[in-house]
Amino acid sequence: MPFNQKHLLGIEHLSPSEITTLLEAGESFLEISTREVKKVPIFRGKTIVNLFFEPSTRTRSSFELAAKRLSSDILNFSSQSSSVVKGESLKDTVRNLEAMNVDTLIIRHSCSGAPHYVTTFCQSHVINAGDGPHEHPTQALLDAFTIKQEKKKLENLKVVIVGDILHSRVARSNIFLLTKLGAHVVLVGPPSLVPVEFKKFGVDIDYNLDRALEKADVIMMLRIQSERQQKNYFPSIREYINLYSLNPKRYRRAKKDAIIMHPGPINRGVELSTDLADSAKSMILKQVEHGIAIRMAVLYLLMGGKEREIID
Amino acid sequence: MKLLIKNGRVIDPASRTDETLDILIDRGKITEVKDKIEDKDARVLEASRLVVAPGFIDMHTHLREPGQEYKETIKTGSRAAAKGGFTSIACMPNTQPVNDNRGTTEYILSQAKKSAVTNIFPIAAVSKEQKGKILTDMADIAEGGAVAFSDDGNPVANSQIMRRALEYSKIVDTPVIDHCEDKQLSEDGMMHEGYYSYLFGLKGIPSTSEEVMVSRNLSLARKAETPIHLAHISTKGSVEFIQQAKEKKIPVTAEVTPHHLFLTDASLKTYDPNLKVNPPLRSEEDVQSLMEGVKKGILDVFATDHAPHAFDEKDTEFDLAPFGINGLETAVSLILDRLVKKNLISISRFVQMISTTPASIFKLENKGNISPGADADLTILNLHKEITVDVNQFESKSRNSPFHGWKLRGAPVITIVGGKIVYSLQKH
Repeated sequence: MPFNQKHLLGIEHLSPSEITTLLEAGESFLEISTREVKKVPIFRGKTIVNLFFEPSTRTRSSFELAAKRLSSDILNFSSQSSSVVKGESLKDTVRNLEAMNVDTLIIRHSCSGAPHYVTTFCQSHVINAGDGPHEHPTQALLDAFTIKQEKKKLENLKVVIVGDILHSRVARSNIFLLTKLGAHVVLVGPPSLVPVEFKKFGVDIDYNLDRALEKADVIMMLRIQSERQQKNYFPSIREYINLYSLNPKRYRRAKKDAIIMHPGPINRGVELSTDLADSAKSMILKQVEHGIAIRMAVLYLLMGGKEREIID
Repeated sequence: MKLLIKNGRVIDPASRTDETLDILIDRGKITEVKDKIEDKDARVLEASRLVVAPGFIDMHTHLREPGQEYKETIKTGSRAAAKGGFTSIACMPNTQPVNDNRGTTEYILSQAKKSAVTNIFPIAAVSKEQKGKILTDMADIAEGGAVAFSDDGNPVANSQIMRRALEYSKIVDTPVIDHCEDKQLSEDGMMHEGYYSYLFGLKGIPSTSEEVMVSRNLSLARKAETPIHLAHISTKGSVEFIQQAKEKKIPVTAEVTPHHLFLTDASLKTYDPNLKVNPPLRSEEDVQSLMEGVKKGILDVFATDHAPHAFDEKDTEFDLAPFGINGLETAVSLILDRLVKKNLISISRFVQMISTTPASIFKLENKGNISPGADADLTILNLHKEITVDVNQFESKSRNSPFHGWKLRGAPVITIVGGKIVYSLQKH
């Protein structure tokens, strides 16, 4: 199945077959990272820029390693140590970097639509590495990849996503991807953070975590930020933990083989108890491992690698 | 020099006129309106197949002078107005400094006298520095030339202050205009809150942020028995509140902008900052309700909320762009094409909403009508003229229009202010 996209800006506009193509390519790349020599000579001489306007541990490192394992050069740009602090605009920043003849820009930005805006004036491939509360497509791809590795399918699985849905780009991209591939998605959290209009995305909403966990195959916990409490989305962290934290007692309501996922960083003891985070049912580090394979697949398909090169 | 406009279809809602008549203008005033006027001394303007209307009045314009002349000046804004068919524009007080005193009002009028091609009517602030704490010296400012009072985009949050403003405005007999928004509810929202704001990941401004203030203002106006004018109404709930208020004879008038009538929140999928405006572009359901409001007479006035911003300010991430749409040069053609051409409203109703009613709200007795003695402010339209909106041809200093490239039928072709032709389209 060919993948004819120049950019990866989100999941919402992708077809189910395009998503499947990306996931299948990920499988081919998973093995490379387990080799002694973790490198394939696909993108020698290509230049990729990690353009991060927000702090990141996993996504930035993961893209960096993915690019390096494809033999491309990668430039790590961090806004805190750049002319952005002098007030240089996003447009000028991107155009100056592009003048250095780069091939692909990986953008993390706090403003929704920033990567879309960049595509209106630049020639390079653009990959959205998280734009505001909008989308984080590679996270959803690596999450789906992880679920498929564990459950061998996505159709008809009950996936419960818990937490600050309103402000979560991870939740949005996962909702778009999982519903396109036939999973049953249930969103859980306080009503202030789970607007009813989300039902129009083809999901169910439940404000009661205990009830929602019944027969769940996958439990996806989201990070809750203390800033939300300060804005009265919920009364206190204590109350949030009482209602929406995943602990062993609650976990037992789900299916026996239910897996636990979290995009990180975790607030241990807040949305997820430490014993579950470190348990065998936790996929958290698997997600990180799979992230590299998926990002190699994304770079590979966008930048037009040839099929045989993966096998070589 | 006299001017004789011949054979135009004269639409004057004030006198319920819709017929082919000639209009004679002398020394800035209309002197005669009747069938077949002959005057050898007059310059003749042939207007057959054209509509001649009382000059259009925009109740809601931002001219940026003083303080932000890089966005717009009184000169460029008035030229944009003339090209857009407006003979009078009322400018909001959110300049730098804020127009909250007689000196600034008089400064605006003196600049207008020097550089404007249209009439400029300053709207002064309700409260000092638009801070909602201390009322401005309304009587003094009104004497200096302000036609209305409004805190515009920093609406009066304190209901007690708003009550006092409405009560006090009886002295000056000019309306208070309120931009209805509860800033706590809109917080740092950027677009209409609903399905599309969740889809695009942009923080929402709920309809309720407008509606609670519409409701409050109607209640205060009823109590104070003072007219209030509600700026740029955008939601279904607001239309319902206004309808109920009018049934109870509360003295309220309300305006609607072309962008709220012809665009919806779904269009923001491009993240084009030219679509970022406050109040935000609302849902399809709201748009339908605004249309009903126009048709049923619940909404009284078309206004532009012309809000020019420099190119660089809008060429940025959506979050960082300022709110506002450049409206003076597109409003008339948009309404002619989308409402009049489609017979959703009559041409008379259109003229009433953009000239007759604004003149009556501002108590401009010599404007908004075509009768002997009235100011010779006229807007001449060609209902069949096809135009393509091109921001690069704007007279405005700014280009921030989401309507660039729209093909529209119907356009202002000649604008006459005080008997003088200030704008004329070459091939009208």
